[in-house]
Amino acid sequence: MSAANASTAPVEVDRPVGDEVVEPARVWVVIVWNDPINLMSYVTFVFQKLFGYSRDKATKLMLDVHTKGKAVVSSGTREKAEFDTFRLHAHGLWATMQRD
Amino acid sequence: MRKVQRRVKRTRRGDYELRIPRVEREVLRALPSRLRDLLSSDDPALSRLFPPAYGDDAERNEEFERLVRGDLLAHRMSSIDVMEATIDAERVDEEQLLAWLGAINDLRLVLGTRLEVTEEEPPEILDSDPEAGAYALYYYLGWLQEQVIEELASGIDPAGASNT
Repeated sequence: MSAANASTAPVEVDRPVGDEVVEPARVWVVIVWNDPINLMSYVTFVFQKLFGYSRDKATKLMLDVHTKGKAVVSSGTREKAEFDTFRLHAHGLWATMQRD
Repeated sequence: MRKVQRRVKRTRRGDYELRIPRVEREVLRALPSRLRDLLSSDDPALSRLFPPAYGDDAERNEEFERLVRGDLLAHRMSSIDVMEATIDAERVDEEQLLAWLGAINDLRLVLGTRLEVTEEEPPEILDSDPEAGAYALYYYLGWLQEQVIEELASGIDPAGASNT
């Protein structure tokens, strides 16, 4: 599996018209995609550190990424999803966000 | 058989000993400035460090990149600075070791992207391969990174309670 999987993420069709659109909470999800470079231990560690997940939960998410190609690692408002995506990018993980 | 000495060891005080032999320090010493130069270039492998946030949505990707690229770059440069400043240190605190971890991971991402590594077992590298040095560095950094992570992870309490 390669990180090129990210290009298969669904395209949004119902984009908000402007800033005045109030979006309900928990509609955005952050997805981490499998890549051949990041170490499994590193991905687990980043999930623990960024999201405060237990070792077990972080390991399960890492294994989902590794075996299924991707996993939803967090969700929330668009702002939260952008913040989490930013932090994952800062740690070198391949993350995208989309409306659930 | 000689026992391989661990390169990183968490101390009881909660900081980290770097037991890195001189020859490896010399390899590592060259890396911060190399990564800094790379980040200031337009090397295509850099795209791996600044991935699109919105999949195929070009417009939103551009907007997101405009918003965060400067911060992402500053974060990476700051890790490089810390690694460079502590390259000879025998002991670092957690924040400094996290900076090493980040810089090493960024380097592996760029090297691995260039070498087009896969999840398969490493290929057999011939000495005559022009990329032999890059492969050697890539796998050395992965080995070192595993040790850094193992020690850092031992400092995380899954229950979230503070460590003493």
